[in-house]
Amino acid sequence: MQPLLLAKSVTKRFGGFTALDHVDITVSSGERLGLIGPNGSGKTTFINCISGTLRNDSGSVFFDGADISTLPAHQRIRKGIARSFQIPKPFPTMTVRENILIPLEFGSTKSKSQDRRSPDDVLDLIGLTEKANETAAHLTQVELRKLELARAVAVDPKLLISDEAMAGLSHSEVDDILEILLSLNAGGITIIMIEHIMRAVMHFSERIVVLDAGQKIADGEPNTVAEDPRVQEAYLGN
Amino acid sequence: MKGSVFFIGACTVVLAGLALTRLGVNEYYFFAGYVVLQFVVLATAWNILGGYAGYVNFGSAGFFAIGVYCSIALTKAFSLPLPLLILASSIAAGLIGLATGYLTLRLRGVFFAIATLALAIVLETLVSNWSYVGGAAGTFVMRPKTVIFFDSYVEFLFIVMLVLAVSSVVIARTIERSRFGRGLRAIRDEEVAAESMGVPTLKLKLLATTLSGALMGAAGAPFSYYVTYVDPPSAFNLSFAVNAVAMPLIGGTATWLGPLIGALLLGSIQQIATVTISSELNLLIVGLTLIIFVIVAPDGLVGAARRISKWVRGN
Ligand SMILES: Nc1ncnc2c1ncn2[C@@H]1O[C@H](COP(=O)(O)OP(=O)(O)OP(=O)(O)O)[C@@H](O)[C@H]1O
Ligand SMILES: [Mg+2]
Repeated sequence: MQPLLLAKSVTKRFGGFTALDHVDITVSSGERLGLIGPNGSGKTTFINCISGTLRNDSGSVFFDGADISTLPAHQRIRKGIARSFQIPKPFPTMTVRENILIPLEFGSTKSKSQDRRSPDDVLDLIGLTEKANETAAHLTQVELRKLELARAVAVDPKLLISDEAMAGLSHSEVDDILEILLSLNAGGITIIMIEHIMRAVMHFSERIVVLDAGQKIADGEPNTVAEDPRVQEAYLGN
Repeated sequence: MKGSVFFIGACTVVLAGLALTRLGVNEYYFFAGYVVLQFVVLATAWNILGGYAGYVNFGSAGFFAIGVYCSIALTKAFSLPLPLLILASSIAAGLIGLATGYLTLRLRGVFFAIATLALAIVLETLVSNWSYVGGAAGTFVMRPKTVIFFDSYVEFLFIVMLVLAVSSVVIARTIERSRFGRGLRAIRDEEVAAESMGVPTLKLKLLATTLSGALMGAAGAPFSYYVTYVDPPSAFNLSFAVNAVAMPLIGGTATWLGPLIGALLLGSIQQIATVTISSELNLLIVGLTLIIFVIVAPDGLVGAARRISKWVRGN
């Protein structure tokens, strides 16, 4: 079967520094992939190249069989690639509901407005209903992370990329988010989860990819990857 | 405010202006009113890009002057009627806005502002060397001898500018309530997130620059008939660039009301100061008012009024 996402030899440099070095990653439709690696290993940069926030210098990105390497970010989300930002980027002058209306109106994979999710459903799903009319500038860090997830979910993506949505959350809040992601996945959404909380990644992922210094050093079953000496060295050496 | 109420209000303003020209009011008031209304157009136009999308344009005088010189050139070549001059001027300024936008909108923040300033300087240099429109020495423009319906040409110009001002405000308000306006707001708030959430940021910014430029060009089109003598320093006057920024900031940039109030207030104060003291003081007044507002009411008069009414309701 044709993979949903195919990143072929993706390379990204910042000046003389190589942040991604010929990274190949394949994700099948419906899969739950964990993407891990030490700080600065290139996880966010990879996500930026997939979602179009950055352009890769060489290599290509295929989605649903089509080469999307040159598409601007606003077209990639309409094709079904939605991501959350590790450092939340809310629209600060808008309320939480208005924040969700932007991706609903501009980025949804559904072209007809009656097919789209309702903002209240999204708020309810992520647990932000009580904050609906709060201005985003007044939210706490935890609420901002939930808002990031809510905006990505709102567009009914095919591929949802969560970049450390759980950082700073309590044990039970992590479980809440895990449950939401698992139920979205059960509903057919493919998910890439970037996370430093190993408990969550191990529980969630069907497969794990490890990046270290811009290179893919492991790709396989969670338990196999966790026991891989190169992976252990990458983490211990950090 | 409902759309229909707003539209009726807009028409009423134009009709009231027309009625005023029938009342035998001293011509000076139309002469001064023209300048204030011209600022309403400039401030409202500036706010479409600067307020709604958050891109500060310091080159408003350049876009205004494109309108001025486009209509001088067309008058010399074909002696077209004023409405056509306005149309042509706004198309020319809009296209130059589009081109500038295309070249500079990848620049964020202060770099975009500097680029727009540079554009105005380049244009002024070009016009100073274009002898057909008078070059650096300037040119006289003859007003048409008669004009139907109005007692004087100044009254006619006043009504023309009133229609332009009302149209600009209607356009700004329409944008504000449209998908386009919501996209611009997302860009102003957080552009990277906006783009990643499906907002076609480059397209919307180009559209905003084009519209904003076109309205400024329209404001410049009747200018030569108003002053009857134009040289580059008067068309590219610093006053246009400074007021176009200051008026929305003082009124408030979030809605159409802010630039309107800012222009009416600051424009009138400057007209009064010109008569009672001297026009030399105008930029000083604008500068001081701006400083006070940046400190006391950073979200402008409209924002301050909102906060006060919220506070009153809260008590
Ligand atoms: N815009 C940029 N300009 C220059 N260098 C950058 C830029 N973005 C990222 N980098 C560098 O690229 C490397 C990879 O960064 P990236 O954010 O992708 O890491 P990460 O794996 O997401 O780390 P973390 O776990 O801390 O989020 C880092 O060394 C970072 O400093
Ligand atoms: Mg990261």
